[in-house]
Amino acid sequence: MASSASRFALAIACAAAIVAAPAAQKIQINGAGATFPYPIYSKWFSEYNKLHADIQINYQSIGSGGGIRQIQAQTVFFGATDGPMTPEQLLASPGRILHFPMVLGAVVPVYNIPNVRAELKFTGAVLADIFLGKITMWNDPAIAKLNAGVTLPGTAITVAHRADGSGTTYIWADYLSKVSPEWKSRVGINTSVNWPTGVGGRGNEGVAGLVSQTPGSIGYVELIYALQNKISYGPVQNMDGEFAKASVESVTAAAASAASHMPADFRVSITNAPGKGVYPISSFTWLLLYENPKNKTQSKAMVDFVKWALTDGQKYCAELGYAPLPEAVVKLELAALAKIKTS
Amino acid sequence: MPRSKPRSELAFRLGTGAFGVILVGIVAAIGIVLARQSMPSIQKFGLNFWQTETWDPVVGEFGALPFIWGTLYSSALALLIATPIALGIAVFISELCPTALRQPLVFLTELLAAIPSIVYGLWGIFVLVPAVRALESATPEWLRRWPLFSGPPLGLGMLAAALVLAVMVVPFISSVSREVLKSVPVAQREGAYALGATRFEAIRAALFYARTGIVGAIMLGFGRALGETMAVTMVIGNNPRISTSLFAPQYTMAAVIANEFTEAADELYLAALVEIGLVLFVITLIVNSLSRLLIWSMNRTARAVVTPEPVKVAA
Amino acid sequence: MTATVRRKVLSWVFVAFCAGSVLLALVPLGFVLFFVVSRGIQSVNLAFFTHMPLPVGEAGGGMANAIVGTLIVSGLAAAMAVPIGVLSGVYMAEYSGTGFAASVRFAADTLNGVPSIVIGLFAYVVAVLPFRQFSALAGGFALGVMMIPIIARTTEELLLLVPGTMREGALALGATRARAVFSVVVPAALPGIITGVVLALARIAGETAPLLFTAFNNRFFSTSLRQPISTLTVQVFTYATGPYEDWHRQAWAGALVLVSIVLVCSMLARVATRRLERMHAR
Repeated sequence: MASSASRFALAIACAAAIVAAPAAQKIQINGAGATFPYPIYSKWFSEYNKLHADIQINYQSIGSGGGIRQIQAQTVFFGATDGPMTPEQLLASPGRILHFPMVLGAVVPVYNIPNVRAELKFTGAVLADIFLGKITMWNDPAIAKLNAGVTLPGTAITVAHRADGSGTTYIWADYLSKVSPEWKSRVGINTSVNWPTGVGGRGNEGVAGLVSQTPGSIGYVELIYALQNKISYGPVQNMDGEFAKASVESVTAAAASAASHMPADFRVSITNAPGKGVYPISSFTWLLLYENPKNKTQSKAMVDFVKWALTDGQKYCAELGYAPLPEAVVKLELAALAKIKTS
Repeated sequence: MPRSKPRSELAFRLGTGAFGVILVGIVAAIGIVLARQSMPSIQKFGLNFWQTETWDPVVGEFGALPFIWGTLYSSALALLIATPIALGIAVFISELCPTALRQPLVFLTELLAAIPSIVYGLWGIFVLVPAVRALESATPEWLRRWPLFSGPPLGLGMLAAALVLAVMVVPFISSVSREVLKSVPVAQREGAYALGATRFEAIRAALFYARTGIVGAIMLGFGRALGETMAVTMVIGNNPRISTSLFAPQYTMAAVIANEFTEAADELYLAALVEIGLVLFVITLIVNSLSRLLIWSMNRTARAVVTPEPVKVAA
Repeated sequence: MTATVRRKVLSWVFVAFCAGSVLLALVPLGFVLFFVVSRGIQSVNLAFFTHMPLPVGEAGGGMANAIVGTLIVSGLAAAMAVPIGVLSGVYMAEYSGTGFAASVRFAADTLNGVPSIVIGLFAYVVAVLPFRQFSALAGGFALGVMMIPIIARTTEELLLLVPGTMREGALALGATRARAVFSVVVPAALPGIITGVVLALARIAGETAPLLFTAFNNRFFSTSLRQPISTLTVQVFTYATGPYEDWHRQAWAGALVLVSIVLVCSMLARVATRRLERMHAR
């Protein structure tokens, strides 16, 4: 009896030792947030891990709202968001949080209309009305007027939006508020809004899934999700009146004017930016870091990673549909990184 | 008697009793923790929380009515579909089927209960929803005019959720009903047959006798349906709108917590979600307690049936 | 039609309805199993069990970290739930008539009925927030809470099944209460208790909701208990709700592994219960 009990205890101790031991060598950093940049972040963390095998950066794409919440609760080391934190949220945080733009991306209107292969053109006003629930059929005159050569079916429009708190929603709502006063007053801008109509999916992935599986639907996703899943997306009219399709060039054009007047905290909106060839629904996406985090080892590792991502990492952007940051912005950021305490 | 005995008895009682205390403590802790975390929301909204339809995180206006509606509607529909089938299964297995089939059938119904919710959700998204979408598209125009069938054929929505829930709830109701039917005294059934009843009539009498227990079984299934999260959130459409239409995407309490919890970015939002969790806890507590009470009271009356004593012959 | 004939016909209709319900219930079961097996089998290969997930959008990779994660979290849950569950069960069985035992029984039944999402909320507040860390331990805690009532009630029922003569015999020989219970009664009921634990494990291995805000998820292979960890259920959920075809393929494979675990555990439990019944019938 006694020997079996002690043998049992020994076995438990061994198991515990095996489980606890490996944690010593690797530096594991946990982050969470936006689904918008998830493809490029996941590529970066994987590539960086190949260069530095002892640094594992675990990122979970739970939505920008989640990234903000979890970093405020300090259950993750860094957050990621496409909707910059509001002054109230910054004040409510236990320490000073800094924003670092990492890439530029575009939010595109994706749609799935049976038998329609052509590209549909949209204006901000039409998109706002669709998402407000005022335009309910695909063959509505407002849509038909923009797309003269296309036969639009008499099917109902199913709006797909985010069910979770999303920076992509923030960017979309930010744009719609600029082009539709009704949207601005009725719905507003936030990572989670009171949608007048539609079905909710989780993450960019969820909305892309909804649209690709639901005939007659329209949604909004980050460009790469439309490309990787081969869902149709259309050009949107910009401030200059041209219909611009989202691409590395049109998104870079949108950031051009912002680059010269970048605020010190990097929190700026570039939706509906003026200029030629600009894609109007473009945005920066930010990494959120505490200025003075408790774990200095993780802090040093993270700062090194951000430096790599802002320089070498930018070369992975184009193939995934993101636009690299303007040089001027990168310079400002590298300087700002010095503020973060790493020791 | 060695004096160590009463002391060791006490040690045993206290030792094992302590673990019982832990169990009770956990249940109490759940209630207390949830109540504490939802205080900001309770204080701000009070009873209005349950009467307001708007769920607007932008302006901080939280009304949980759409979720209660969605939860109750989906669970009620699921019960409507599941109860006759579950009772049919219970009756078949306990009364009608050949003995050889009994074990395999019981195993199969248990398997239905054992399949993880996420697998039902997966099957729901890729198989059930397209099928429901096809069904909805095929609904004739005149039927579409009824509010029950109005709306675009999305596939995702109340009907898909109710179907998935029904499949998940059937094994619970059926296994508890089987237990309940087992405790109906044999004399009762044999008396019916002796009077010339058909199978149906005898079983009907047994069902009537066991009615409290069966209601308890149905309520147990209801409690299960109320709390189901994953399978529902994957097929219900996640739209906080109150609608009677089977085709409309709606939202349940469990689904909104799962979707919005990790990102409720301010105290009030979080408290509102926890308050929904608290109410879910309390509702399932009440429903489950009631159901167990019904089943227990049925077992008690069944056991109280006196079996006739053999007549004592004077020696 | 005479009344008798009508009654007979009604009876046959009823019987047919009952048989039909059985078939009707078996349809979704067959459907689900068919799809899980047919879509999952092509993707369940060695790579699935040994490779890590690849970056978003790249095809291939596997769920090695998720499978190990599920084993770790389930192990943690069992380590927590077995002592509490078994010993509470012992109390309920030994002091069956007392008021406190009734309270424990009520608490166990209540806990059994609490939705898993509510337990996840509870575990987040209690095991994640104070430590500012999503962790495998928090996930194990949440699942352990769910296992306790199942194990407690099973232990109680089985201990009550053990014939009173065994307990009384031990006590008559001068054993203390503890000795009688733990050396005689519990070993007699042990196969059944283990069956109960296996069934409880099968039940929680398939849970997703409580893990969403406790164990979170982890892209990397991690065995650390104080870090987020990947689990099969959360991974299947993430992949299923995503847009990539490759993810869907892997989700079906994950579902197949989950269903297989559950099936194997259920069959083992059945066989063990059958053997127990035969033992006690002797």
